[in-house]
Amino acid sequence: MGGTTLLDKVWEQHVVDSGGESDPDLLYVDLHLIHEATSPQAFEGLRTAARPVRRPDLTLAVEDHNVPTDSRVIKDPISLLQVGTLRRNCGDQGIELYSHGHDLQGIVHVVGPELGFVHPGMTVVCGDSHTSTHGAFGALAFGIGTSDVEHVLATQTLALSRPKTMAVEFVGMPSDGVTPKDLMLALLAKIGANGAHGYVLEYRGEAIRATSLEGRMTICNLSIEAGARAGLVAPDEVTFEYLRNRANRPEGVAWEDAIAYWNSLRSDPDAEFDRTVVVDVSDLTPFVTWGTNPGQGVPLGGVIPEPRLLADPAERAAAEQALAYMDLSAGTRMRDIAIDTVFVGSCTNGRIEDLRAVARVLGDRRVAPGVRMLVVPGSMSVRREAEREGLHEVFLRAGAEWRLAGCSMCLGMNPDRVSGAQRCASTSNRNYEGRQGNRARTHLVSPEVAAATAVTGHLSAPADLV
Amino acid sequence: MRPIRQHTGRSIPLRRGDVDTDQIIPSDFCRGLSRTGYQNALFAGWRKDPDFVFNQSDRSDATVLVAGPNFGTGSSREHAVWALRDWGIAAVIAPSLGDIFTRNALRNGILAVTLGKPVVETLLDSSESDPGFEITVDILRREVRAADLRSSFEVDSRARHLLIEGLDDIDETMRRESSIRRYEESRKYWLPSLGSDRPSIREPVGGLT
Ligand code: SF4
Repeated sequence: MGGTTLLDKVWEQHVVDSGGESDPDLLYVDLHLIHEATSPQAFEGLRTAARPVRRPDLTLAVEDHNVPTDSRVIKDPISLLQVGTLRRNCGDQGIELYSHGHDLQGIVHVVGPELGFVHPGMTVVCGDSHTSTHGAFGALAFGIGTSDVEHVLATQTLALSRPKTMAVEFVGMPSDGVTPKDLMLALLAKIGANGAHGYVLEYRGEAIRATSLEGRMTICNLSIEAGARAGLVAPDEVTFEYLRNRANRPEGVAWEDAIAYWNSLRSDPDAEFDRTVVVDVSDLTPFVTWGTNPGQGVPLGGVIPEPRLLADPAERAAAEQALAYMDLSAGTRMRDIAIDTVFVGSCTNGRIEDLRAVARVLGDRRVAPGVRMLVVPGSMSVRREAEREGLHEVFLRAGAEWRLAGCSMCLGMNPDRVSGAQRCASTSNRNYEGRQGNRARTHLVSPEVAAATAVTGHLSAPADLV
Repeated sequence: MRPIRQHTGRSIPLRRGDVDTDQIIPSDFCRGLSRTGYQNALFAGWRKDPDFVFNQSDRSDATVLVAGPNFGTGSSREHAVWALRDWGIAAVIAPSLGDIFTRNALRNGILAVTLGKPVVETLLDSSESDPGFEITVDILRREVRAADLRSSFEVDSRARHLLIEGLDDIDETMRRESSIRRYEESRKYWLPSLGSDRPSIREPVGGLT
């Protein structure tokens, strides 16, 4: 018998009832995050069946998806109704809610971790696919649909079959200017947008150990873009250090006990994974996408690939459709692609380190004429910290818009949208057709590339700035 | 829930890979409060094209969607499933399906199943050439039947049980109340809680580094 993986350890710790060989296990949920967009029907279902919320004390709500970021007042009546419904539901059930305008409000995947609600070895679910973000702590975290949100509200459990495991071994160290986002865009290009379907990914290697907890969140966040169930990073000193400064972490003896347990949360040296993917990161350069799924990416110094050269007919068709939608042609140098809008934000890259990186690249430069740049902090706490450090002055001096917290232009659900068929360099996670607005064309980039692109007006790396 | 053992109906082909839930229903339509009424939001972007298959009159009574690989990838929004159901779709067949999408579909009585790529190709060919082409998805026998084709699939055992017996998922889990309570007593004592006895939120020491 080989050793056990990190996934096995977290899984076994949460089995309420084993399903045996053939049935799913019933797993306990330690933290349930909810937001306005995917919860109303779940609460309605509970009301209809006269079921209470089992553990309001393990449930945390925020407003993030449909709220405006230029005002504390929600004017749109449809959004207001959805937000009002969340407020009423949380009020009725005694669930803590950080509303639009609250000091602690922000994107659900930014708020949970920064307040210290996510610890190693926990199970975390949310009606949002990017719940994978929390895997950065060594927590098993994944997105669920509204029926499952209702199930968790009612029972604090989910019936699940144990996924397969995939080790993602990053070998070597990335050079300066290569970010966690680039590592993941490179991985996605290598294995494809469905390349991890059915697996939980465990990110490993020296490069991961050297990555900050915030960078690990960027990495785990993008796991879902590979079709994975979840992403995991084994906790270590970096994790403990991050938690040490958080509210809601264990204190005193509890902290000691927790650390002792957390230290056991790593895959045994002889643990076997169902699959292993190796990515050499030592010669990576900044990565950007050209198509309409996150796996359609190339190095910034590269050109748009020729769909005709793709062996798989489905991939070829997808590439042709993507290029038609993006209004791009094969052979075009990525650096020659002009950009109308730059969006910095989202649960992928809207944390304080991301904003610092953007400010560092901008320096005292200005956004290119005709380019609109939006900087949207992932939470109000991030916003306050950025203002304390004076980062907002850098953004405003450059000509960027400095916003309140929310999902903003990551998805076309609130007033922040890419207008018409404009082209956007975005630090978010999805370049799907119409994701950022009806006909919007999205290029996924790192915060550093976003900042450099804003300055030049076409896709650029910080090294391109003179 | 009414028990579902199988579904037979006319097919509708969507020969395209990586159809994400943002295409199935754009986020703008996900601001509703109900579980129904999403039929017009289904593929809202693509339906602006009059030739799109979901606009063709000879497909309007189709109930079995045959799609390319990785259908339903992306967002967890259950609205994608509600929109398909509201339009009239009762089963989805593809070489691969988004995980969350599959769970959501089965929970709403949509038989979402995967078959090998060559089989799906055959079904797509037949469906494209004949709008009357019928497909049966049999969840009891775990097989798809169409013309002289017969192909088996795997499905989550619990989801299958609930569908066949017409049981409510939450009711089923609530029967394990004693296990849940026992588990709760054994949880690590330091796990975070938002209950009234938790420490009030402190300002992070030294900022958000
Ligand atoms: S920022 Fe984007 S990906 Fe993240 S939770 Fe909001 S909408 Fe989803």
